[in-house]
Amino acid sequence: MANEVCLRTLDLERPWLLEQYQSRGGYAMLKKILTEKMAPEAIIEEVKKSGLRGRGGAGFPTGLKWSFISRNAPGQKYVVCNSDEGEPGTFKDRDILRYNPHQLIEGMIIAGYAIGATRGYNYIRGEFWEPYERFEQALEDARNAGFLGENLLGSGFDFELHAHLGAGAYICGEETALLESIEGKKGQPRYKPPFPAHFGLYGRPTIINNTESLASIPMIMEKGGEWFADIGVKNSGGSKLFSISGNINNPGVFEIPMGTPFSELLAMAGGMKEGHKIKAVIPGGSSAPVIPGEQMMELNMDYDSIAGAGSMLGSGAVIVLDESNCMVKILERMSYFYHEESCGQCTPCREGTGWLYRVVHRIETGQGRQEDLDLLDDVASKISGKTICALGDAAAMPVQGMLRHYRDEFQYHIDHKRCMTGVG
Amino acid sequence: MTTTIEKDKTELFTAEIRAEIDRWIAKYPTEWKQSAVMGALMVVQDNNDGWLSTQLMDQVAAYLDMPSIAVYEVATFYSMYELKPVGKHKICVCTNVSCMTNKSDVIVEHIEKKLGIGFGQVTEDGRFSLKEVECLGACGGAPMMQIGKQYYENLTPEIVDAILEGLE
Ligand SMILES: Cc1cc2nc3c(=O)[nH]c(=O)nc-3n(C[C@H](O)[C@H](O)[C@H](O)COP(=O)(O)O)c2cc1C
Ligand code: SF4
Ligand code: FES
Repeated sequence: MANEVCLRTLDLERPWLLEQYQSRGGYAMLKKILTEKMAPEAIIEEVKKSGLRGRGGAGFPTGLKWSFISRNAPGQKYVVCNSDEGEPGTFKDRDILRYNPHQLIEGMIIAGYAIGATRGYNYIRGEFWEPYERFEQALEDARNAGFLGENLLGSGFDFELHAHLGAGAYICGEETALLESIEGKKGQPRYKPPFPAHFGLYGRPTIINNTESLASIPMIMEKGGEWFADIGVKNSGGSKLFSISGNINNPGVFEIPMGTPFSELLAMAGGMKEGHKIKAVIPGGSSAPVIPGEQMMELNMDYDSIAGAGSMLGSGAVIVLDESNCMVKILERMSYFYHEESCGQCTPCREGTGWLYRVVHRIETGQGRQEDLDLLDDVASKISGKTICALGDAAAMPVQGMLRHYRDEFQYHIDHKRCMTGVG
Repeated sequence: MTTTIEKDKTELFTAEIRAEIDRWIAKYPTEWKQSAVMGALMVVQDNNDGWLSTQLMDQVAAYLDMPSIAVYEVATFYSMYELKPVGKHKICVCTNVSCMTNKSDVIVEHIEKKLGIGFGQVTEDGRFSLKEVECLGACGGAPMMQIGKQYYENLTPEIVDAILEGLE
């Protein structure tokens, strides 16, 4: 059971074309919903039943999120798709945009119908020029086929959809920063509450979902929520796209059932390069705490299994590291990233990420002090939960994970001013 | 009064650039012209050898009826806008974790040696500039880089040579 949902057209030639998508039943569900005038509540119910949880990282139940919108409130509402894909290690939404853009479009139209929104935006990161052009072409083809615009297929329902292009800022993946960015401002997160469901894009009720979440909707509607839920395991409905990279033979994107053993995913990805031994895995994007390789080999790729090991499934970005990696160097690079990308709005994040980077950097370069590990613990705990958005936590969690599992390696660096023998 | 503003605006950019910016404006509600600022800055930058001068940012502001300061804020916040001249080919190398563990440092060193420039610098002939970037969402092809709008993946020094030689 692979490539059954978001990548279901991948085996076709030029799978991104409208006719190819339609050859697999694409847009049939939208037609059915519109011609039968399906009750919006029934759609939301089906999505709830599917057990679909947000694929952007936080894992919030999608159906529940949609039910927060007061459908009959007057005025404009919006559907926004998050294709900012900036969490290091994540490269799955790019494949949806490149290879199956119409399924995302169909998912967004259905979402609009379900919550009573007639406009949508897809926020695509600025570097994704090729996927952006592909998506724009798909929009034009969908418009010409009558799937976008006014009075879709004579149903009386209007839906218009556009792509917004980012310009290089990880923080714009945070949902409220993303909304600010569409409004033509700096991408600085808003205080929550109010949540986007009440005060979103242009101050209007808005749902914002990840690319993969929205692209899953047409199949959930076609085959039923139960079908989707049953692909996965308890609390983790469906299949999921995993972007797996690092020191492996065949990195790439794999769409597999939730609950698949990590060892199977690793095998699909060709196993470890040059026969090296697995050392550690970052299972859900760079903010997910690291898990030692041996432990990871016993875990399954679902929310509960990964959470049980003290980490998180996040965006499904799996970074596999072999024994040649120095964990101090890995953490130094990650801390540099979060410090660079902090928007600077709140002090614990702005100052704290700078501290984390400087302290890890001095350990890495042989200037570490004995008190530094306690200092890292302390700074990380002072960021966690004390910031406007979750970037602060995203910066603190990898530090906590590294010190939990590889404290001895950090200590060695401080004592000997170099890496442990046999390491990087 | 409005007519003079309209007249000024048509003088700001070439017809092609105006048409492209207008396409961005049309994507957003009429009262939210400001939403087009990111698209407009990209269009203008692409038509100005890859960078934005203060004068151009002021012109974008006038075109979108925004205060200049609001445009500067956007232009300085996002990393893809360049406020100084860059090379004809802007080489952006990812050095984040997946690329790093697949030896992006070898790629960086190779380019630095070959072109005689470091991060943030432009070659004397103005052909190339080099920039370190964060994860570009293509870690499956690590190590990777972007030049202009194009991604190049699974790099080796030899592949880099071939790519650079293939550019005009
Ligand atoms: C710093 C930061 C970066 C984020 N980056 C992304 C991203 O690139 N893509 C994404 O879908 N969600 C990202 N998120 C999560 C979004 O805020 C939001 O939860 C998500 O888009 C909701 O969609 P979902 O429920 O379908 O996952 C990020 C969150 C934070 C705090
Ligand atoms: S936590 Fe960091 S990134 Fe988020 S709003 Fe505060 S300063 Fe900005
Ligand atoms: S780490 Fe280089 S593209 Fe993701």
